[in-house]
Amino acid sequence: MNAEYRKDLFADERSDDFNVIGKPVIRQDILGHVTGRSKFYDDHAFDGLLHMRCVRSPHHHARIRSVDSSAAERQDGVVRVLGGRDVPVNTNTLLSLINFGRDDEPLLATDKVGYVGQPILAIVATSVRAAQEAVDAVKVDYEELPHVLDVEEALKPEAPIVNEEYPNNAFDYFDTYDHQKLRFGDVETAFSKADHIVEGEYQMSPIEQAPIETCGAIAAPETSDRITVHTSTQALFFSVGVTAKQLDISSARLHFIGGTVGGGFGGKVDSHHEPLAALACLAAGKPVKYMWDRAEEMQVGGPRGGERWRIKDGVMRDGRIIARAFTGFFDAGAYTRLSSYAVQKSTGHLPGPYSIPNVASNVYCVFTNRTPSTAMRGFGITAVDFAIERHMDKVARAVGMDPIELRILNAYRDGDMKAHRREAKNCALIESCQAVAQKSGWSLSAEAARASSKSGGGEGALGVIPETVTDDEGRVGERRRSGLAPEPFSGHGTRGLLPEGHSSNNSSAFGNAPQREDMEAEIERLGFKGASGVPPAPQGPVDETASSARPTMPTETAHATHPAGARGGPSLPAAYVQRPAGTINQPISQPPAQAPGTPVAQQPPAAEAESESAATHFQRGVRRPGVSRFISGSRRR
Amino acid sequence: MAIHHGRGFASINYPIGMNLGGDPSQALVHSTPDGKFKVTLSSIDLGQGIKSVGRQLAAETLGVPVEDVFVDTADSDTGPHDMGSFASRGTHRMGNAIIRAATEARAQLLEAAAEELEVDASDLVTDGRGNIHVKGAPSRSITVEATATAAQFNQGRTLAGRGMFLVPLSEVDRDTGEMTPVSSFAHAALIIDLTVDDETGEVEVQHINSAYEVGRALNPRLVEQQLIGGAWMGVSHALYETTEPYYPDRSHGPIDFNHYLQPGPGDAVPHHISVLERPAPDAPFGGKGPGEMCANPVLPAIANAVFNAVGVECDSLPITPEKVLRGIRANGGARPQGRPGA
Repeated sequence: MNAEYRKDLFADERSDDFNVIGKPVIRQDILGHVTGRSKFYDDHAFDGLLHMRCVRSPHHHARIRSVDSSAAERQDGVVRVLGGRDVPVNTNTLLSLINFGRDDEPLLATDKVGYVGQPILAIVATSVRAAQEAVDAVKVDYEELPHVLDVEEALKPEAPIVNEEYPNNAFDYFDTYDHQKLRFGDVETAFSKADHIVEGEYQMSPIEQAPIETCGAIAAPETSDRITVHTSTQALFFSVGVTAKQLDISSARLHFIGGTVGGGFGGKVDSHHEPLAALACLAAGKPVKYMWDRAEEMQVGGPRGGERWRIKDGVMRDGRIIARAFTGFFDAGAYTRLSSYAVQKSTGHLPGPYSIPNVASNVYCVFTNRTPSTAMRGFGITAVDFAIERHMDKVARAVGMDPIELRILNAYRDGDMKAHRREAKNCALIESCQAVAQKSGWSLSAEAARASSKSGGGEGALGVIPETVTDDEGRVGERRRSGLAPEPFSGHGTRGLLPEGHSSNNSSAFGNAPQREDMEAEIERLGFKGASGVPPAPQGPVDETASSARPTMPTETAHATHPAGARGGPSLPAAYVQRPAGTINQPISQPPAQAPGTPVAQQPPAAEAESESAATHFQRGVRRPGVSRFISGSRRR
Repeated sequence: MAIHHGRGFASINYPIGMNLGGDPSQALVHSTPDGKFKVTLSSIDLGQGIKSVGRQLAAETLGVPVEDVFVDTADSDTGPHDMGSFASRGTHRMGNAIIRAATEARAQLLEAAAEELEVDASDLVTDGRGNIHVKGAPSRSITVEATATAAQFNQGRTLAGRGMFLVPLSEVDRDTGEMTPVSSFAHAALIIDLTVDDETGEVEVQHINSAYEVGRALNPRLVEQQLIGGAWMGVSHALYETTEPYYPDRSHGPIDFNHYLQPGPGDAVPHHISVLERPAPDAPFGGKGPGEMCANPVLPAIANAVFNAVGVECDSLPITPEKVLRGIRANGGARPQGRPGA
């Protein structure tokens, strides 16, 4: 294992003159870790600590007719038996913390179970063994229901309903569609102009986060009528918020301690242990530990979801990809958790680090009768990258091109327009490709070796938001009624056309400005030089001769419906160029956000979208019952 | 029957921070009377090193030795709100909050020193070794410790700072998917060398060559640890791991590490890393979070290398010996594709 630092690359954008930054300073906590003395949540000892085990569903899908825990309650050591009716707010969805989606998951199931392992009762006892023996003594009478495990089967009209909150087995986006759309340009016309069509399907497997320390929490009564919770959470205030909501108590009574965690990888965001342990602590008046064993960690804990992706590319003979369409399925399992959000994250990632002038995708968050999936390292991205990069090799073969040269040819560069309608900046894909090829003895053409992320970007069709074909296919419930193909533009519904340059909002990805001047660091102390990543100022017509290593995307091929002359103008309207909101961290001075004389009128009215979202339940500033006190931002679905 | 060599490539980018913003982080910094600084957060350190990187960011911004800074994190009674350690957001979001808090504290520190030295605060600089002096006149100086003591006991002044970093929430357009996902992207490109045994279907990864662009390596050792560990995870995902071996069938789910396969220490693949640094303009000292993205290119690069070795398309993970062998048989034998880039 060794590492080299390519300080020669991007040296003009960086100063490396620091006291501490960039230095291999020893970890603050490493001595405690390597001597086994760091305190993790399970290292907090309490007299009279109680333990919790759960009664879990043996079925994929079943109605609960009755639960008989009388024998369990009489067993030695059993202190409490808790069911869903003991939880003040039993139903929650994790992302209610950011007002996204509907509460759909019970902490403890009451009427039915949707996956093998779903908890029904939580039993608190004086030892793990006593709790487990009590669990084994509980009799649950189930009525088994038909189940569905495959994402595409689940979307069919005859599929059983997995999650009553979403009766179409798909998360509702904007109360309008059963999937998240991405539409950029006109893929259908571009496919018809392409020399090759390359198609593929890719399947990510469900994967366990496998932290050494399994998920859990210890809740203990504190003086002054508070509860202290030692937790393995990856998100302290997320867990505080969920616990306050589900127990319906003031967060002033909750004292959460964590921060030293034995591996997370995404699996410790779900916040199921803290509310159950705290509820049991309140009920028993004693400290309670709820900790998964390894089997629960692997089969009950939310894994990385099994995503399925299909890609269709339209490719020209010289390797340029002119159109790419995706159909993606996120297997959420029985409840939403974070999958609905990952669908949007993946959509923002398409079509990968490449500039493709026509892109479309339909991505579905699908409910199936399996353990709900959750975050894992690379959430929403890992499976897409697997699909895209497998596919890039197939494209390279179809056109007989070197796989790295194909990527460099199609790589995004500073100034290119991304499919989510924001300008690319701070790109470094090409340099990464060149660096690894060079040291591995993988020879590249002179043209590929010369290419740069900093030149040739934003030229021609790749620098503008193209005229875009839209559609209203896949409205909520439509697929369930009539059975529709999941691919974009599968032939039904009404088409629309958005003009070149269309943008429905211009929100910034940059952080807020410091609230006081003296919180604003001096730029020269932060190590920035040059123009790293700053969006280019509006400029004159593109000088075609300056385009070095990148062939210009021919307009008639890229956007067949779009007159060639319309594009060459003074770059894109300034309103669409993303600019930092604050002044901190801007290495160089910025041009004004609105260039003088730039026609504002090009921004089309957003009235339609506005009225639709105003009709949804959750509006800015409106509190609804059960909403957490920790809402950090409100959003419309 | 033979062992076939294969070489495969993949390149990726990765969004840094919670996808659509709306995820605030706060930090507090204060000094003890002898000039030691405490950084109070509610971030979670699950091995990625936010305590350590946060400490470096605070020390650099304050202009004091790193030994004089300590990060205390994740007590909801003392640490101000943070969204959490996920979505590659720790270094980016919390790092910016720490820089702001430390900047405000530094301003107090320099003002206190200015009062002691009877000069203007704007003429003062720190040497990073515990001293504050007049720009261009190192002899007119005072230690950070003496400054903090004077501030506490003579001047009645706090040396403290508050920092908040919030990327405003962005909406997603329902018809076009327009959105403002994140402001900075990390990059990676990777070449895998492996062998495939056409008799057993077994894949053995021999070597990884990688290039990761991380904005700035705030702590090079922590970056390397992330990249080495991430590549290990990538190999594991590609070849071994799944909770549902017959997905979407639910049967045969593993419940312990005897059945849930992962590479052991002896299977760690030799790995040569190149680190590239193109600072992102809104990231702390330009640094992007390298931790999450580093496994991603390994999966497709291995699948591409398996194809290169024996001509079998592995489009479904994990790439088990069974799948490779079935593919070889379906093709009527191994079909080596020849060394790429030769």
